[in-house]
Amino acid sequence: MSSMTFGRAINAGLRKAMENDPKVVLMGEDIGKLGGVFRITDGLQKDFGEHRVMDSPLAEAGIMGTAIGMAYRGYRPVVEIQFDGFIYPAFDQIVCQVAKLHYRTQGKVKVPLTIRVPFGGGIGSPEHHSESPEAYFTHTSGLRVVSVSNPQDAYTVIQQAIASDDPVLYFEPKRRYHVKGEVNEDIDLGAESMGSARVVTEGSDVTLVTYGPLVPTARDAAVAASDDGVSVEVIDLRSLAPIDFATVEASVRKTGRLVITHEAAQSGGLGAEIAASITERCFYYLEHAPVRITGFDIPYPYSKLEFHHLPDLDRILDGVDRVMGRTNSLSSLEG
Amino acid sequence: MSPAQDEDFVQLLTPSGARTSGEYDRWVEDVDDNVLMSLYEDMVVVRRIDAEATALQRQGELALWPPLLGQEASQIGSARALRTDDFVFSSYREHGVAYCRGVDLTDMTRVWRGNASSGWDPFEINMATPQVIIGAQTLHAVGYGMAIINDGDDAAAITYFGDGATSQGDVNEAMVFAASYQAPVIFFCQNNQWAISEPVGLQAHVPIARRAPGFGIPSVRVDGNDVLATLAVTREALERARTGGGPTYIEALTYRMGPHTTADDPTKYRDANELEDWAAKDPIARLAAYLEERGLFTEDFKASVKAKADDVAREMRAGCVNMAEPETMDVFKNVYSSPNSWLDRQQDHYARYLATIDDTAADAEGTK
Repeated sequence: MSSMTFGRAINAGLRKAMENDPKVVLMGEDIGKLGGVFRITDGLQKDFGEHRVMDSPLAEAGIMGTAIGMAYRGYRPVVEIQFDGFIYPAFDQIVCQVAKLHYRTQGKVKVPLTIRVPFGGGIGSPEHHSESPEAYFTHTSGLRVVSVSNPQDAYTVIQQAIASDDPVLYFEPKRRYHVKGEVNEDIDLGAESMGSARVVTEGSDVTLVTYGPLVPTARDAAVAASDDGVSVEVIDLRSLAPIDFATVEASVRKTGRLVITHEAAQSGGLGAEIAASITERCFYYLEHAPVRITGFDIPYPYSKLEFHHLPDLDRILDGVDRVMGRTNSLSSLEG
Repeated sequence: MSPAQDEDFVQLLTPSGARTSGEYDRWVEDVDDNVLMSLYEDMVVVRRIDAEATALQRQGELALWPPLLGQEASQIGSARALRTDDFVFSSYREHGVAYCRGVDLTDMTRVWRGNASSGWDPFEINMATPQVIIGAQTLHAVGYGMAIINDGDDAAAITYFGDGATSQGDVNEAMVFAASYQAPVIFFCQNNQWAISEPVGLQAHVPIARRAPGFGIPSVRVDGNDVLATLAVTREALERARTGGGPTYIEALTYRMGPHTTADDPTKYRDANELEDWAAKDPIARLAAYLEERGLFTEDFKASVKAKADDVAREMRAGCVNMAEPETMDVFKNVYSSPNSWLDRQQDHYARYLATIDDTAADAEGTK
């Protein structure tokens, strides 16, 4: 075990994957000498050379399309999209090509591509640097979508994503890059599926489902709730497509109450999918309608207002109060 | 004069079939009578494939077909220049290229009959599934070329696209990447003058080939209805690619004699005179004239080519109409390469639903 930051853990995972498989190549803007604007690929070009860690022209569709071409020739490209809000020029190549080539060719062409996306807000940046676009991709068949919340998962899941024969979008909560944690670098990658959710904190009254940047916030909320006599079970989804509904369902059958929180806008988001799926699967176990605590249906706001948009501990606790039938901000509406 | 009519291009055979000479002769020095005759045969065969497929569409056997009529020389000349280990990333009109790559004739119609999303296994013939999104495949070719460099190989990638595609961001980004990494890629633009109903003048105010040097890519304009010239310029580009010289851009000036697809009606947007002008530059007729002049266009030769074309058409038709229908549950197959809990559940539920229909049908059967 060694202690490292979230960002360093991704770097270590990339390094391990590159050591294990000469077909793993990295592409992206500024990822070479600079090591990326977040330094996630720091030192990799120096150690693996310019043919395996490629600085690319500033064109996201170009990055994605050429990565597909490399995959055609047996490579496993890992591409970095510099910021969440810069992924849209590559949207066509991701949705029409990356996602569909395997189906189109009856499984003949595999696209074992990993798309790394620093995502989410809370870092005081201007527009396009704080978005949570995951639902666009979870809605697209053929893609696997994951998000990680701690250094160990960051290290493990990036390697699982690269090893996957399916394309994977790997969403990195950039505001947690500096968080430190213990990482077992000798972990058995096959021990736990990339698609499995993890129960972070066990509880019996409310199931609180989240992923990525809000996992630490949810954990804090569970501690605060327990001081108030409410036992909250926190689930870190890790995989957003597909979602491990078996784990969520088992929890909700126990607690009877579901709160979902994510930074992304509410309508048509993952929270809606989770609420609908869990309601379908265990309607008779529910004591209260599922509640979503999410970002608003707005373009990502300027930074002075971003903390109104981002779910925080108190808003999550307000949601917990709602499903518990306690006095909450909407009590007057529920009359 | 529109860029389309600017005839400053490489030409080795005039429309009347006269052999001209120039700096590109050296690229076709080895083209003897047998090769000339086989180039002629290939063009006749793919024109016949095209006509047969169009007929199959009219007869309801195919949902749609994008005809290549008029573009035979561009496709046969360039594709015949390739090696087996080169890789093709084409658009959806390159039936002639597919024929040269050795595509099974039944596979040629599979997509257009609606029986599959890809007619063939790309790795069996080193030709990707024809791309429908305009221009997207150019980036795949460049990435493939970048991988060739990493592998230290001397193969090349060639990508086919049309004049309309040159307006796409992907094509322009592909040229940037190809130049930056000096990828062994040939950009083969068939300027067939029309992007459905839009004339090439709407895409470009100067000859399209002139754009490439701005990206740092050498380019050449070629008479796309001259099979010798398209062979020559493609060979030159391949040589450059194989020897570390990077990408080349070829603009082949040709004409889409037919509709965009069988669902299109070109009489609504273009002048019949234009069709006549281009008919006079027909790629097959000019090679026939040249063969005639060389005493090769004998009755025996013509008969053997016709027999070959008839055989190919017959085989393709039989393969098409007798194609096995896909299995119902294939609709769920190959979305992912490993199990997916969301999709597995949907598949399970749909199978149960289908079973109830079968049961209902069986019950109805039983009560008769």
